[in-house]
Amino acid sequence: MSITSVSRVNPTRPGGNRRARPARSEARRRHVPYLLLLPGLLWLGVFFVVPIVTLLGTSTQTRVPGGEIGEFTQTLRLANYWDALSRYQEHFGRSVLYAGVATLAALIIGYPLAYMIAFRAGRWRNVLLVLVIAPFFCSFILRTYAWRQILADEGTVVRTLKWMHLMPEGASLTATSFAVVCGLTYNFLPFMTLPVYASLERIDHRLLEAGYDLYGGPWTVLRRVTFPLSMPGVVAGTLLTFIPAAGDFVNAGLLGTTRTQMIGNVIESRFVDLNDYATAACLSFLMMAVILALVLVYIRRTGTEELV
Amino acid sequence: MSVLTRTGPSRARAVGCRRTPAGTGGHRIRRWLGENALCVYAALALGYLFLPIAYVTVFSFNDAKRSNIVWRGFTLENWENPCGASGDVCTAVRTSVEVGILSTVLATMLGTLVAFALQRYRFRGRTVVNVIIFMPMATPEVVMGASLLTLFLNMGGVVTLGFWTIVIAHVMFSLSFVIVTVKARIASLDASLEEAAKDLYANDLQTFRRVTLPLVAPGIAAAALLAFSLSFDDYIVTTFNSGTVNTFPKYVYTSAQRGIPAQVYVFGAGMFYLALLIVLLGELLRRRRSRGS
Repeated sequence: MSITSVSRVNPTRPGGNRRARPARSEARRRHVPYLLLLPGLLWLGVFFVVPIVTLLGTSTQTRVPGGEIGEFTQTLRLANYWDALSRYQEHFGRSVLYAGVATLAALIIGYPLAYMIAFRAGRWRNVLLVLVIAPFFCSFILRTYAWRQILADEGTVVRTLKWMHLMPEGASLTATSFAVVCGLTYNFLPFMTLPVYASLERIDHRLLEAGYDLYGGPWTVLRRVTFPLSMPGVVAGTLLTFIPAAGDFVNAGLLGTTRTQMIGNVIESRFVDLNDYATAACLSFLMMAVILALVLVYIRRTGTEELV
Repeated sequence: MSVLTRTGPSRARAVGCRRTPAGTGGHRIRRWLGENALCVYAALALGYLFLPIAYVTVFSFNDAKRSNIVWRGFTLENWENPCGASGDVCTAVRTSVEVGILSTVLATMLGTLVAFALQRYRFRGRTVVNVIIFMPMATPEVVMGASLLTLFLNMGGVVTLGFWTIVIAHVMFSLSFVIVTVKARIASLDASLEEAAKDLYANDLQTFRRVTLPLVAPGIAAAALLAFSLSFDDYIVTTFNSGTVNTFPKYVYTSAQRGIPAQVYVFGAGMFYLALLIVLLGELLRRRRSRGS
């Protein structure tokens, strides 16, 4: 901001000679932002935008009759989308359901954690924040795999639950939708906690005091003052958890079975293992459309439109 | 400062987590729980976050011969010889480190330039630029991986999947995060510092090199760390675009089918504690410095 305003020519200033130099430098300045943007945007353009467009083109292709596996030709067949949707609607439902439950669970676990760090941690605040991010330092595949071992049939958790008769004999935790949701919640919990913390931390303490002064109990203040004020963080956290969770296939792959597969698993196996590029492309765009629609509805409902 | 203005009940709430309960007996415990319910809950949540890491740490010491599933006894052998018999783990880790460093350097450089352009200049097409930067962060990784692979496949024999396609992919998805991080730092700068430099007859370049860049540096460092950890831990995009090259996460995922060797646990745990140590030392240093001044 300041650079442009400093260099701006003052038209009322007398003396044409003095004016010539800044004018030329302003003309040069006009190129500067584009030069700065060029390499980065070129990278994103070539390796993100172009691929997405290519994928869009792939989605309407059909297999060459009698051709090799993975050989496709452009037929602009929009019915591909309908086929993909009707064939994998179960997986779509599961993705939305698992990601939704995991997001809710992350909110229930993460909100009090963020609240505690923001209001009660005192000088330990930074250390606790580091601890929230710290799990990322350990490979996420390895942590997910560790969950599989922890929840395994011969593991301590299952044995203890069975010993306490909280779980029937013969039942197991691994390879269930519970395990998948548990893994999703775990992996994306910091994405919920950090934005919520950021917005809680910004709250003016005097507003909370005003709530107490007006005879609000702790719950009333939380419900009527703190939570509404932290809404931008909750919305951001929900999106940051829901979007990657809905597209994830690692958790369902490591912690689930074929009956708990999510749409990410289908896209991955259609694309990499079966070379069915058209179906995978259709599913990708359908998933993005579903996510976008849900996000828009959610933002409309929560009324924080300035976020996007 | 706000503690002083607080009255009655709210002051009691501000104290934080107490270690010494007041009162006596069972009543005492119940009262302590009532006062510290939030802290107990937060501790449980942190425990949930660290449970798998504890598991990884313990099993990195397991005397496992082939697959590291059942506890067979304590050994230091895995830590003494982290590459194992085949050395596959170490190759994968080395690839991950190389990809990580290269893509971090590229993404940080490109991203910083874009951040300066966005924060310091007014230009046409800003909205489009913002949308292009926002999109990769909102796109599921599966879609990014699949679409990039489509591009590489459509280019026919020109591109062979491997080390460089992984680097390209990693720069692509970390770029937006770098831009957002550096941009936030530039936005938080005090404009009067640069004006002061100009008043002291520094030209544009001098101001940038001696004032602006040192002030933005922490943001750039944070962005670089973020880019490296995103790259080092990525599995989904990598698995689409890596061909036969193994990165560490890919190695872990593929070996998960037949049981992960204990050496992988050594690397997982080792990197975790190393990074934690670095961050906590930095925090300690920062605290000491702020106390000194």
